[in-house]
Amino acid sequence: MLEAILSLGGIGLTAAIILGLAAKKFAVEVDPRELALLEALPGANCGACGYPGCSGFAQALAEGRADPGDCTPGGKETVEQVARILGVAAVSSDPQVAVVLCQGDRQHAADKYRYLGIDDCNAAQKLIGGPKHCPGGCLGLGSCLRVCPFGAIEITPQGLAVISREFCTGCTKCVAVCPRELIRMTPAAAEVHVLCNSHDKGAVVRKYCSIGCIACHICHKAAPQAYIVEDFLARVVYEHHGDAAPGVEKCPTKCIRDFAKGYPAGSSFLGPASSSKPDIAA
Amino acid sequence: MIKQYKTFRGGLHPPDCKAGSAHKAIEDCPLPEELSIHLSQHIGVPAEVCVAVGERVLKGQAIGRARGMVSVPVHASTSGEVVAVEPRPHPSGKTLEAVVIRPDGIDERHGALSGADYRSLSPEQLRERIRGAGIVGLGGATFPTHVKLSPPPEKSIDTLIINGAECEPYLTGDHRLMVEAAAGIVLGINIFRRALGARRVCVGIENNKPDAVLAMRQACRETGIEVVALATKYPQGAEKQLIYAMTGREVPSGGLPMDVGALVQNVGTAEAAAAALSSGRPLIERVLTVTGPGVAEAKNLRVRIGTPLSHLIACCGGLKGVPAKIIVGGPMMGTAQLGLDVPAVCGTSGVLVLREEDLAVRPEGPCIRCGRCLQVCPARLAPTTIAAYARLDRMSEARAFNAMDCIECGSCAYICPSAIPLVQSIRHAKASISAKRKKH
Repeated sequence: MLEAILSLGGIGLTAAIILGLAAKKFAVEVDPRELALLEALPGANCGACGYPGCSGFAQALAEGRADPGDCTPGGKETVEQVARILGVAAVSSDPQVAVVLCQGDRQHAADKYRYLGIDDCNAAQKLIGGPKHCPGGCLGLGSCLRVCPFGAIEITPQGLAVISREFCTGCTKCVAVCPRELIRMTPAAAEVHVLCNSHDKGAVVRKYCSIGCIACHICHKAAPQAYIVEDFLARVVYEHHGDAAPGVEKCPTKCIRDFAKGYPAGSSFLGPASSSKPDIAA
Repeated sequence: MIKQYKTFRGGLHPPDCKAGSAHKAIEDCPLPEELSIHLSQHIGVPAEVCVAVGERVLKGQAIGRARGMVSVPVHASTSGEVVAVEPRPHPSGKTLEAVVIRPDGIDERHGALSGADYRSLSPEQLRERIRGAGIVGLGGATFPTHVKLSPPPEKSIDTLIINGAECEPYLTGDHRLMVEAAAGIVLGINIFRRALGARRVCVGIENNKPDAVLAMRQACRETGIEVVALATKYPQGAEKQLIYAMTGREVPSGGLPMDVGALVQNVGTAEAAAAALSSGRPLIERVLTVTGPGVAEAKNLRVRIGTPLSHLIACCGGLKGVPAKIIVGGPMMGTAQLGLDVPAVCGTSGVLVLREEDLAVRPEGPCIRCGRCLQVCPARLAPTTIAAYARLDRMSEARAFNAMDCIECGSCAYICPSAIPLVQSIRHAKASISAKRKKH
């Protein structure tokens, strides 16, 4: 009995000493700032910074290879906190959110053929440029929805991608995946947008979409500072987005939307008043 | 004893539906009111237009100049006036530059065209003539023939294989050509043989065309050309599968037929090369099949390049019922069209019209792990695995499972009892992988 206790205890003690020494000898030195940085980052591991997860980004920050402003999902607070830990000045640009520049769902825009393939916009785009007649319209197969780490994108029952302005953190993953390049980064403060991506002439647009921009210049006449029309497509001049309101009312095809007054038809996202930011670290 | 026909591993046999046109002699399709001849009649850089609007062109006159190595000139397919040079719809679904000719009905031949005895020409001269005549692979891939006939010096080609398999359901153009123009095909084969210096020459024909096998055997007597009857199985006419069936050699992953000393040419290409050498006529027409339950009468037609599909359908008695799907090429690998205003190009091997009741559109179900796609894949891939990775956007894994070796024959999607669009997912993976490769 005693022998057993002594031999087992002896083995345990020897192993403990060896392990203790090894832990001291082979300890990996971690920059204490790196731990603090990891604590400060959102922990969503979205990859928007260009590093594989928040720990990679924290390491890069500690080594001075990355810029605090690269964490777009973290927002202004995170950038300031990171800058404080690193002891540098916080340079944070205005927050940006992604916007789908299209409202041509199944009810508004015509298809040129019936698509029966896999639910992937990039695969559909390869079949004669996608099933939509409009060369720039949303295909609604949800490639953007699947890459969004923040649950900020939904596909409406009528087949249109809509991005929540409250949940979007500006990571730009959806911008990169869209084959039709119709998701754009815009200042989060700007609520008015021209939701069309067709550069066709008005007469052509009218044939395939009832809610597209026909380049009629009425918005530009209503608010010359806030809108320009280029290459048969109107867009908001975001430096003057505050003056854009008159164009929303005047637009004959209703392709200009004020997101403060609601999301496109069929969307389940609600206006800013009822929103709460989701806990992205969860 | 049951005779064992040569074939490859995998594959399947869809209902071939060839009875409607297999016994119809090739008819000359009358000239349409307008021909739109695309400057991209081949893989590679499109030809450069060399005629102006308003100019009168003659049959066989070059209207597009070849640009670069993998390019061939394009010729007017009849005499008439050039009425426009503008982008027109192409069977690939894109809108590409085309020369529009209004035929004058005289069909006047260009004076400079003349034939020559191929035996008096060197391999180099033969290749130059074939290039000048704008000859491309008529099997559908439209790869310029002179490039195929110029292998790099370190790759010697000992076996020339002539593809008369025509494994796609519905298509019968090559079949009729072998029955009716066997002598022309043999002349073309001899031209290729001289240009290459190949020792062994063999013609592979599926055994569901006994009259074609017989006609080719008769025409090949005392020429040293073997005519081999192959098992009737899709995709017997695919390049790598045909090489395996005929020689037992396996083209390595990512390799080309010349890596195993073989070269494949379609029977239609051989006939076109023969016409180019014997009478100087460039590639201005081809034989194709207009068929399907949506066409009044299925026919094999000799068609001028640039003839609109609507004119071809009209020559076959028009449409029957409401068309739901129009396919250029065969039903397995062809491309669906948006309308009938596209013209026939060099790669157009057939026009297939299906009605709503002929389409079996089923909703996609879950994979039941039956393994049928593995059994039929002629490239010995695992289609479900690659497709699953492709749909998760994990392209490096799809690549590790050899997605790039897929020949896009569609056998896996055809056999799948759950109607999973397997081949489309794999195509998507292939395109993403090559796009990534280009970027780096």
